[in-house]
This record gives sequence, structure tokens and C-alpha cells, in this order.
Amino acid sequence: MSIFEYNGSALVAMVGKNCFAIASDRRLGVQLQTVATDFRRIYRIHDKVYIGLSGLATDAQTLYQRLVFRHKLYQLREERDMKPETFASLVSSILYEKRFGPYFCQPVIAGLGDDDQPFICTMDCLGAKELAKDFVVSGSASESLYGACESMYKPDMEPEELFENISQALLASVDRDCLSGWGGHVFLVTPSEVQERTLKGRMD
Amino acid sequence: MALRGDWVYENNGGTCVAIAGSDYCVVAADTRLSVGYSIHTRDYSKICNLCDLLFPADKCVLASSGFQGDMKALQKNLAAKHLVSVHLLHIYQHQHNKQMSCPAMARLLSNTLYYKRFFPYYTFNILGGLDNEGKGCVYTYDAVGSYERVGYSCQGTGGALIMPVLDNQLKSPSPLLLPARDAVTPLSESEAVDLVKDVFASATERDIYTVRFPIFFFFQFLAFCESDIFPTQQHAYSSRVLNDPNEYDPLIGFRLSYRIMHK
Amino acid sequence: MEKARVDLPPKGGFSFDLCRRNEMLTKKGLQLPGFRKTGTTIVGLIFEDGVILGADTRATEGPIVADKNCEKIHYMAPNIYCCGAGTAADTEAVTDMVSSQLQLHRYATRRESRVITALTLLKSHLFSYQGHVSAALVLGGVDITGPHLHTVYPHGSTDTLPFATMGSGSLAAMAVFESKYKEGLTREDGIQLVGEAICSGIFNDLGSGSNVDVCVITKGKTDYLRNHQLPNPRTYISSRGYSFDRGHTEVLSTKITPLKLKAEVVENDAMEE
Repeated sequence: MSIFEYNGSALVAMVGKNCFAIASDRRLGVQLQTVATDFRRIYRIHDKVYIGLSGLATDAQTLYQRLVFRHKLYQLREERDMKPETFASLVSSILYEKRFGPYFCQPVIAGLGDDDQPFICTMDCLGAKELAKDFVVSGSASESLYGACESMYKPDMEPEELFENISQALLASVDRDCLSGWGGHVFLVTPSEVQERTLKGRMD
Repeated sequence: MALRGDWVYENNGGTCVAIAGSDYCVVAADTRLSVGYSIHTRDYSKICNLCDLLFPADKCVLASSGFQGDMKALQKNLAAKHLVSVHLLHIYQHQHNKQMSCPAMARLLSNTLYYKRFFPYYTFNILGGLDNEGKGCVYTYDAVGSYERVGYSCQGTGGALIMPVLDNQLKSPSPLLLPARDAVTPLSESEAVDLVKDVFASATERDIYTVRFPIFFFFQFLAFCESDIFPTQQHAYSSRVLNDPNEYDPLIGFRLSYRIMHK
Repeated sequence: MEKARVDLPPKGGFSFDLCRRNEMLTKKGLQLPGFRKTGTTIVGLIFEDGVILGADTRATEGPIVADKNCEKIHYMAPNIYCCGAGTAADTEAVTDMVSSQLQLHRYATRRESRVITALTLLKSHLFSYQGHVSAALVLGGVDITGPHLHTVYPHGSTDTLPFATMGSGSLAAMAVFESKYKEGLTREDGIQLVGEAICSGIFNDLGSGSNVDVCVITKGKTDYLRNHQLPNPRTYISSRGYSFDRGHTEVLSTKITPLKLKAEVVENDAMEE
């Protein structure tokens, strides 16, 4: 078993028209045994930047704490929030620092930048950035998610349409992955508000 | 690489999809054989009409991905067994005016696979066709003969990418429901063909082993439309090889050439 | 003191503190993950007034395409670019590090960077990591001494060539170069040949795919032709589309947080207080 499949996870971020959505499943498992069914993998960095961390949960939480620390240092020094691009570079350099003994995490970063332009990005566990204009996925259900998003994604979706599409893609994918599931969390971020929704999904 | 040591198989990649409707069945597969990063051929049909010679209008086809050597051997094995049964059937057919059914072929395939339980055919199969009532049926298999009748299925390297989309679009009723519901999909034939083309396009975008259309693509559909138990007419759709990438027109997408065979 | 050093932003260099734990996990039978690779075709050639570099744009993770349109031609200096193959994180990091060293060197010397400087920095870094930093590079540029094209292997060895290919599609691309390369190609013919070599990789090597990026470097001028050719558009788009009605997904709870508009600070005259 690969170490990414130890806890199981599904993460996806999609871009809409001046908005983005980032979604994850809610299962935390130890291999095939389910440990928690309301687990959070998506963390808020500030109002307009979110990071999802798939992979080994212990590393995800450690990494998140380091990122929060570094972001707070930045806020103190610069008196402003980080731009999503800057934050992605920070994550990338923290991951690459451990090139030969990596954190087993594949981050998904999503944010609204200047002029409310959406930004999404994913990395492998060494910090190789992959910027995309449409959608990014990671986690043990990534193959299913690639297929589902590749079919269901449309450019320039309005927030509500985006929500339905990302939710359907997520739920369809986790139903074909034994290691993720139990519904989902979706963050829908527009320039004026953040909607956090909990999805109902299969509980097996 | 793959043939070193104990591991005597290769995976030659490729994807097969089948969808069953109320009076049709669409079976599709890409046509590339590859290993590692190299391409063996771009024109190999993974779909096999098991009784091409004697009964070209038979009611089922086998689509398989996995190791080409085993694919070929399995098809040969089945065809041989079928030939034997055809001899009996030939008499049977004159008496009863019908052919060996798709469910019977499904069981035959399962037994053939399980017969090699400890040195399996490294193939992942879908059997598609029409059942005794003329309804579309799809049987999906693992490498050692476990099988199930379903409304739709996909196998091969792009299977993981395509399956959630089919689930989402074709949601089949739970097999636990009582009374049992039909697993066939509510889509019309053209909608099903459209869906298959779209999921293949998606899979080729993300799976390196599923072929990308503009070059050397061969896409085969077999769709049967019949009303009687004894087939009067059968359509076979297939899109042929495009050897010249310039011949591809992105607006048209998959080119289909229609071929209608009369029995 | 030691604790404080760990938490502070690092000054550079690798950290090995998870190596022991990861080794323990491997011994327990957990497989280490594969990294994102750029299974790649990258090429370069020298033509009559400079250097042309080319690359495909596919990044793979095992058999899955992770990025359909990534950039593999990296900036080193205004007159030097570098194509990368191998582990994506390594090629990215190595080229970034060297390009910042070159920038600092330019600030110090106030002269245009030389290709040989970039080459030496790259190979000495790679050599010191004994091939563990797996970056295979094609480095090209034009400096005061003329056009240069080099290949750099992960262990730090280098070649100097009139035309070069690297990555999993290198054989397919080299076949094109070997049959068609001539000395003193014109700019158009050079771009054409590079495009052909990359396409050969795209179509015949499964690790390479999507589009063709080209970078033309001449004396005093660099043209980065991103997505110079797009030979692989999506083949089919469903005529029905996938649209879902509002409320199609079952939602258990919704929490709406309005975002406050940031107050704009109007700068007053400094003397006002």
C-alpha cells in the first residue's frame, strides 16, 4: 500500500467566473478502517486563500501548522495577507526543503488574487507546482476525480453552477474509491462571501 | 522489463466501455497497444466478434484489455469452444430457430477464465450484446472469471477515469432492490453513443495509454437493434483508422462510417 | 536555541529530519510515493544566428497526465534558457536557484551572464548530489562569445553539441534531427525542425504530449513562443453537456461568511501630525 493511501483522501478545486470552489471528502481512515467521518482537510489561510492537504494526515497537520506560522510572520512583517501565488511558492519551498525526506502530502491551493482573479494550484509532495486554469485534484481518489472533472468542468461557471459541478464530480469520484467518502466539505469563495457547505454522501 | 522474473505478463493498456439500453448495446474500445512509454501498434481492435466466420450476426461481442497475448489466446479459446457448440447449435438452430444467447456466452467466458484460476489470462473483459428478450446486456469480469450483469461498465487503464462519469450519468438501481429492477440505462442509442464518445475524449486527455484521436485512431461501436428473437437486421458502427492526422477535423470529432449488414 | 532555529524560516539547504521516520515507514511495508515527472521530449539546436530550444508540455504521474500544459523551458537569464526533464520539482528548483545566482552575479559584475557560467553552476550542484537531484537539462543561450548549446545529465556530466535532445522522447526527436539537421539553418527552418522533433516525441512517446513550446534566442533578443503549435485539441465535446439543476446535490448544512471589504487607508500628509 502506498503511503498516500494510508489515510485516504479526495481533494479537488475548480475555477469559475470570478470565484472558485475547493472540496474534500470527510473520511479519515487507517487503511480500510474508518476512524473519523467528519474530518477536515481544507484549511483557511486567510479569507481568500485556502489549502487542502491530502495524503498522510499527520504530515498534513504538521505542515498546516508550519504554514500558518509562516503566514503570520509574513502578516506581521508586511501588514497584509499573502497573495495566493506567493503562498503557493511558500508551500513549494517548504516542501522542496525536505526533498530527500518529504512530507507525504499533496497540497491543493486555491485563492482569489488581485482583481478577484481565481488561482488554483496543486503540487506533488516535493513541491513541483502545477498551475491550472480549470481544475486540480489530489488524493487517493485522484484518478476518478481526473476523469469526472475532465468531463464535467465547463469554463466560466457562475458560483451556484460551480458548486453543483464540483459536488457532483466529488461525490461521483469518492463512490468509486474505498478510501475516501462519507460526504464532503465544499468551500465556495466569491469576492463578497464564503459559503461552506457540507454534502450528504454515501456512508459506506 | 515486465517479462523478467516471476511476472510473466505485460499490460498493453487501453480502455473498453459498454453501455446497455432497452434494445441496444454499445461496445467501444480504443485501438492502441503499448508498453511503458512505447507504442506497439495504433490499429488493433480490442473488440472481437466471437463467431465472425459462421455467424457474423451473432448477439454478443467481447471487448478486452490487458495483455495482448492472453487476449488473443482467450478469444481463440472461446471461438474454438464456440465452434464446437456451433456444430451442435447448427442442428439446434434449425430445430429451434435461435442462436446461442449472450447470457450463455457470458457463462462460457466465466468458466473459461476460472479454468485458469492459478495461471490466469491477464485480461479484463466486458461482454456486450442482447439477451434472450432482445434487451441490451453487459457482463463485466475480473481476470479470474468473477462476473456480473450490469447496465454499463468499463475496463482497462482508463477505467478508473470513466467509471465515475458513467455512474453519475447512468445511475443504476441497487442490485439489492426487490423486486429486481432492470439495470439497462434509460438513454436513447444516440445519447449513449454521445456519452461514450465524450468519456473517451476525457480519458484520452488524462490517461497516457488511451489513444488520442487525431492520430491513427480506430473506434469501434457495435450496436444491435433488433425486435425479434431471431435477428433480422444488425448495425455495426465503426470509425476507421485515420492514418493522416490532417484528415482529422476537430469540428466533426469522431468520424463514423456506417456499415449495415443484413443477415 | 536549537528549537528556535528549527521554527525560523530556513536560510537554505535541504532538511533531512524526516528521513529516519520515512525509512521506518518503508520498513513497515508502506510504499514511498512516486513523484511528478516530466516524462518529456526536450530539444535544442544551433542555427545561423543563435539557439532554438523546444519542449512538449505534458507532466505525468505514473500513467496519468498531471498537467496538460506545463512549462518546461525555464528562464535562467534574459539571454539564457534551459529545458528540464526528470523529476519536476528538481528541474524547477535547480533552474530557479541557478537563475537567481546568475542575477546576483549580473548585479555584481554589471555584465551579461555567460552560458558557461550557468553550465558550471548547474553541473557543480548536480555533481555534489551524486545524481539524487534528478534533473536532465538542455541549456541554451547566446552570450558575448556566441551561441552555445549544452546538455546536462543528472550526475553532473555535460555535453556541448550543435543539436541535442533529452528526456523519454529523446530518441524520437533525435531521429528527426539526425536526418534533417544542417549547419547554418535559417530561423524559420530552425523553428520548423524543432517543432517537428518535438511532435515526433509527442506522437511516438507516451511520456510526452500536448503542445509545442519553442524559445528562440538570438544576439540581444529572445522570443519565447509559448504553445507554438497545438496539435492535440480535445477530440470531442458532449453535445448534451453535463449540467445539473440547482439543488441537485444534497446539502446537510450551509455556513455563509460575508467578506468584509478592506478599509482603504488614505495616506495623509506626513507633516499633519
